[in-house]
Amino acid sequence: MIAHLPILQVVLPLLAAPCCLLINRKALVWAFAVLASIAAFAFSLVILQQVLQTGTITYSLGGWTAPFGIEYRIDLLNAYLLLIVSGISCIILLAANTSLSAELTGHKHRLFYVVFLLCLAGMLGIIATGDAFNLFVFLEISALSSYTLIALGKERQALTASFRYLLVGTLGASFILIGIGLMYMVTGTLNMFDLSERLPQVEDSRTLITAFSFFMLGVCLKLALFPLHWWLPNAYAYAPSVVSALLAATATKVAIYILLRFIFSVFGGEFSFTTLPLQEILSVLGIAGILTASLMAIYQQNVKQLFAYSSVAQIAYMMLALAMNSTNGLIATLLHLFNHALMKGALFLALAGVMYRLGSVQLTDFAGLGRRMPWTMSAIVIGSLSLIGIPLTVGFISKWYLLRAALENGWWPLAIFILFGSLLAVVYVWRIVETAYFTPPKDRHSQIKEAPLSLLLPAWALVLANLYFGIDASFTIGVTELTAKALLGGTP
Amino acid sequence: MNIYESFNYWVVMLLMMSGLYILIAHGNFVKKIIGLTIFQTSLYIFYISMAKVTGATAPIIKQGIELYSNPLPHVLILTAIVVGISTTALALALVIRIKQAYGTIEEDEIQAMDEKP
Repeated sequence: MIAHLPILQVVLPLLAAPCCLLINRKALVWAFAVLASIAAFAFSLVILQQVLQTGTITYSLGGWTAPFGIEYRIDLLNAYLLLIVSGISCIILLAANTSLSAELTGHKHRLFYVVFLLCLAGMLGIIATGDAFNLFVFLEISALSSYTLIALGKERQALTASFRYLLVGTLGASFILIGIGLMYMVTGTLNMFDLSERLPQVEDSRTLITAFSFFMLGVCLKLALFPLHWWLPNAYAYAPSVVSALLAATATKVAIYILLRFIFSVFGGEFSFTTLPLQEILSVLGIAGILTASLMAIYQQNVKQLFAYSSVAQIAYMMLALAMNSTNGLIATLLHLFNHALMKGALFLALAGVMYRLGSVQLTDFAGLGRRMPWTMSAIVIGSLSLIGIPLTVGFISKWYLLRAALENGWWPLAIFILFGSLLAVVYVWRIVETAYFTPPKDRHSQIKEAPLSLLLPAWALVLANLYFGIDASFTIGVTELTAKALLGGTP
Repeated sequence: MNIYESFNYWVVMLLMMSGLYILIAHGNFVKKIIGLTIFQTSLYIFYISMAKVTGATAPIIKQGIELYSNPLPHVLILTAIVVGISTTALALALVIRIKQAYGTIEEDEIQAMDEKP
């Protein structure tokens, strides 16, 4: 049983998805999906513990050994991301039933959970697999299901947002496929570990540089790096609330995992950073992304869209930290990966509560909400403080490591930009706080009550995690330090 | 370098670029999907060309044949074709829903309708 955990992690949600179709009652389907997700979370906990004890786990599918068969290879980085993705999806699913009852007609619920579990299976598959082509297939599974999830949104803009995401996402996946094909051409293998051993022998070939460029472009489209981000804000804003929470907290993280895995394990940090000007590209785009996206966030009227733009800025922070190409920089990327999942999960779940009561997340509707929905609003405030990076929240820890990495590299002006970006975050957060606490409530909102407990509890679980990991970060820092060292050490 | 030697790859590039151009330049959503499909088809040709071994036949076992083309890319691209079909199907389904919701599938008209409150 324990030996088969890496594959069970992926297969369980994949099989649970069609099973949802057999269950007729709304509440039962929900309970079933939650159970499946909790099981996946439990598996990932056991896997992480095993990896910490015994090192990398490999699993050959169907008993075919590595270079010929498909192999699942789980080291610290994979185990860490499996934990994030399955944990967040658990909490979001817990809130899903209540939130969906306000945003989706009854007969669609069953189908929603089918697609949700497929999306989860796709993401877990991307992380667990050690085979480049397998990665592409899982990428498409998770992408196709997330287009469907976005299209379920109430307003008609959800359809166009989903269609745009489909065009961009497919383009990105195709670029990744070209990259994989070119790599196969020069090495004759698709196994990531095998690739990492054979690529250095052909380092000088133009084919490899082309493969790298196509691959990186594809992944950057998927993770919404600054100039390629335009599909993201609408997709997040018009999707059903729980879907926005899922996508914001996990989908882009998985794309960043692909980037890390290929830059550091497959191509090797040396090739990526010396043969190609990756450092310059990522740091310039990172800075531009932080400033532009934060400025755009300030001007948004729709709060979901505001946080979507702030997501683009946070992704830019992670890319900037990656561009440092040092241990501390990598720790900052990995920490922010985890922390951003906590923050955005909490924020979007709290917004789901607002959506449930008000049916809208326009900023003007937030007037006086601080008194009407004190718990929801305080969740949003604490989540936002974490976004800014106030001490005692998780945001501070990752920003601290980012600043340290910047200073270590001697990039003084960058440190100033990072602080300036945080100031911009203060501005857009202040707009929400001002409307919620210092404007008189609207008359038509006089009947508004606090969000139901089934929404509040998951949101607050994430808020408390924000505070807990902000005060006692020994677990996250411990794991990320080990991971960063393993990645920079070279072998996957 | 002889241009005929890499004829397949020239075709791939041509198809890829025209697909990308259609995808970007046309405002009609169905035309965009056509562009996307052409783009993906170029990838299939790319993988199939990659598998070619000079003087070899198709990877089907038959008596008296010793040299086969590399079967792996063929298998891979079979998977990619399935993925491509499901993407196209989902995209067309979305276009139908967009047509129902907006009454048009022209990008600029939809944008104008979205901007009007």
